[in-house]
Amino acid sequence: MNTGYNFAYLDEQTKRMVRRAILKAVAIPGHQVPFGSREMPLPYGWGTGGIQLTASIIGPDDVLKVIDQGADDTTNAVSIRRFFARTAGVAPTTRTGDASIIQTRHRIPEKPLREDQIIVYQVPQPEPLSRLEPSRAETRRMHALSEYGLMHVKLYEDITRFGHVAISYDYPVMVNHRYLMAPSPIPAFDNPKLHMMPALQLFGAGREKRIYAVPPWTDVRSLDFDDHPFRAARAPHSCGLCGATDGYLDEVVVDDRGGRLFVCSDTDHCETRRAAGHTGADALAAE
Amino acid sequence: MSIDLPGFADPVLGSQACFRAVLDAMARPGTFRAAGAGLSPPAPLVPAAAAVLLTLVDAETPFYLAPGFAPAQDWIGFHCGALPVEFPGVAAFVLADTLPDLAALAAGSDESPDASATVILQVAALGSGRRLRLSGPGLRVPVSVDVTGLPDNFPVLWAANHALYPRGIDILLCSGTTLAALPRSVRVEG
Repeated sequence: MNTGYNFAYLDEQTKRMVRRAILKAVAIPGHQVPFGSREMPLPYGWGTGGIQLTASIIGPDDVLKVIDQGADDTTNAVSIRRFFARTAGVAPTTRTGDASIIQTRHRIPEKPLREDQIIVYQVPQPEPLSRLEPSRAETRRMHALSEYGLMHVKLYEDITRFGHVAISYDYPVMVNHRYLMAPSPIPAFDNPKLHMMPALQLFGAGREKRIYAVPPWTDVRSLDFDDHPFRAARAPHSCGLCGATDGYLDEVVVDDRGGRLFVCSDTDHCETRRAAGHTGADALAAE
Repeated sequence: MSIDLPGFADPVLGSQACFRAVLDAMARPGTFRAAGAGLSPPAPLVPAAAAVLLTLVDAETPFYLAPGFAPAQDWIGFHCGALPVEFPGVAAFVLADTLPDLAALAAGSDESPDASATVILQVAALGSGRRLRLSGPGLRVPVSVDVTGLPDNFPVLWAANHALYPRGIDILLCSGTTLAALPRSVRVEG
């Protein structure tokens, strides 16, 4: 542990400011609370919002898991995990079940989370209406009035043009029947996990300087129509390494002759299954 | 002088532990969490309320002290670096031992419902007394919480606050070294 910094890097004044914003965010599920996002030792876009949330909640007894697109071993995940190991001295883990705090970029783990866990999302764009209405003054007003017709029109136009809603990630949700919320760029496949999740969900957008939250056991509905209900899309394959048919899959190009390998995006899920003896069709070839 | 009394033995880890207790209480309305064990704040402050002040209040947050807490004002000023404001209507935090008039506190605006007051309310007891039934976000099924020290018509007063949603006041109930939260999103029945 590096003793040249305050515990978990942020100064105490900043932590208090972030903590006050978190409490208001929890009290108003889905509402974006502005906060004084600090400059962090890595650029905006690398999870500064999530890091500031984690730094404000983490304690020496916490066990931290960091994932990037489901994987524990990618650059972003490794550097954030190392950051907290150095500045807070916390124990890192890659096992979803062992973690008390899970910081994530763009995935929710396949293993269902528990009541004693907190999941922290890194959010690039907290405003779900950002692509439909460029003015933040306007979108704030729309949230105040719970006026989300614009998004329904967008879904309707997708259906008339493509026959289905053409949003595969960051699929907008209604939280507690009140606020339209961007669930961060998780695949729409993960959206059902947001609903009535036992764990507390915190969302941090560093560049956009917003914090929002979904308390445990809160109603979170993916926006849809009665005659076009929300459907979670998934590649019609099984994991090449562990054979899982329930998880979200990454498509990996394996050669220059059009070879493809589908593998679990959640590396802990895949490793746990393989350790339990499950194998996929491509497991031998991948060795 | 009350400033002779210490704050957290370790301000960094003490406030972190207290914040997690408050966060957990806020995320699961009506559940009891321990906070402030080991603190010896000046009367009439109880350890849980003192810990919440040390964790959340500073020079950036206007806070209001109910008149009964005047003996603790120096201690709060010294440890939090905060001076109380004269009127509760402009306060971000309101420290009280009887329920203040919620309609007189900042409830935020439609666009910024987060710009609202949090009441740190010292009550006589948590876990005994009047039974309240809570439901809403954070609760899988409705729960019961027993509180001594809230007015008899609290469900009516709270219904008026809840009706403002997403505007509204959040309450942290503190007794001894125990705290519980009533975020504005929760429904309360008597």
